[in-house]
Amino acid sequence: MGLIRNLQPERSSEQDEPSRFEKAILPHLDAAYNLARWLTRNDQDAEDMVQEACLRAFKSFDGFYGVHAKAWLLTIVRNTCYTWLGKNRVHDLSASLDEDVHQAESQVPDPQALLPRFEDNQALRQALEGLPAEFREVLILRELEGLSYKEIADVTGIPQGTVMSRLARARGRLKLSLAGHMNKEH
Amino acid sequence: MNCQEVRILIDGYVDGELDPIRNREVEQHFRTCPACSTVLNSHQALRAALRTGSLYRTAPPALRNRIRSSFKPAPTRKSLMGLPQWRWVAVAASLALVSVLTWRAVPFLPTETADDQLIQEVTASHVRSLMVTHLVDISSSDRHVVKPWFTGKLDFAPSVADLTEQGFPMVGGRLDYVNGRAVAGLVYKRREHVINVFLWPSAAAVETRSLAHQGYHLVCWTQSGMTYWAISDLNSRELQEFVQLLQSPSSH
Repeated sequence: MGLIRNLQPERSSEQDEPSRFEKAILPHLDAAYNLARWLTRNDQDAEDMVQEACLRAFKSFDGFYGVHAKAWLLTIVRNTCYTWLGKNRVHDLSASLDEDVHQAESQVPDPQALLPRFEDNQALRQALEGLPAEFREVLILRELEGLSYKEIADVTGIPQGTVMSRLARARGRLKLSLAGHMNKEH
Repeated sequence: MNCQEVRILIDGYVDGELDPIRNREVEQHFRTCPACSTVLNSHQALRAALRTGSLYRTAPPALRNRIRSSFKPAPTRKSLMGLPQWRWVAVAASLALVSVLTWRAVPFLPTETADDQLIQEVTASHVRSLMVTHLVDISSSDRHVVKPWFTGKLDFAPSVADLTEQGFPMVGGRLDYVNGRAVAGLVYKRREHVINVFLWPSAAAVETRSLAHQGYHLVCWTQSGMTYWAISDLNSRELQEFVQLLQSPSSH
């Protein structure tokens, strides 16, 4: 019963708690949803992930004193999604990431010819969705959320020195995928 | 700076994460190298395309409202998120499980066995570490500070040697990724030369061997169940001396 009481704080004595929580979390709800949507690749699952992550955030909010609420919330969203992926989409996580990035880059026949490809939103979206989750997430965090390497390292739990090489591989894969798309059409 | 070094740093450059000195070196290279410039252009174009905003998925208003109302002070304390009270036990239990499971959610990494691949990785890690912003995670010349720092961050306890008296002061330690796993990175200096030592547990035993790659000297050996790689732009003779000191039992 103690557990239940803890989850539902006395509003009379902790009037400021929900508002402090709301102030910290609500501004980052789009970021939370964006990451969850890209990781789960499904609207409804993404909503579930965000809702569950907010619950977890609420529960551990007492332990949060930092100023980087965005990175803190994204870390929880990311962990929630990974647990879910491990149970429901294990193939998303088990992709082989073994090719060398420079090799990938050199397999792109002509980077210049690829440029118009980037304009094709649909192709870009598909290529991004086709990447393994580990690559997808660093690109989302970097390009769509504008996080620094340090923040990406905090959210994903990979060493800061690995963030750059992970991004390099992700970009190489993305270009390669777009190039493949291009070849199929011509 | 040659093309290979620039290609390793190109993402850091595009992301504005290089230190000013390296940034300038990379820029200078782009001015004179059309091949690298083409790659840079395509990197920047890809970035611009990803950032147009059309790929961004914003939270549906219904979800926002649901979450907002969940944390508003409610007249009744019946539920926080529309769940009956008994369900909270289940929620709490699953949350506990989630935290246990996600704690160990490590990224999947390549299983690269080829030696060439390893040499490239060690070299790339070394080059990356020379970016001023990320040489060390823990800055200390005291091995009694550096060694415990790794505890809990790695699944092994790296052996950390103090070679200050022999002219190789320690700069600190760093977590790194090599050979598809988290490894200990120990950073030493000889004059102005940085030496990176990477080590991780491995069953294989190999003879000590030295090689050169992209102008760096590398030495690889195994010792007490660990694989070691030392890399530096230091001359080969002094790097060998450094390795011999590390290998001698008295240094630990």
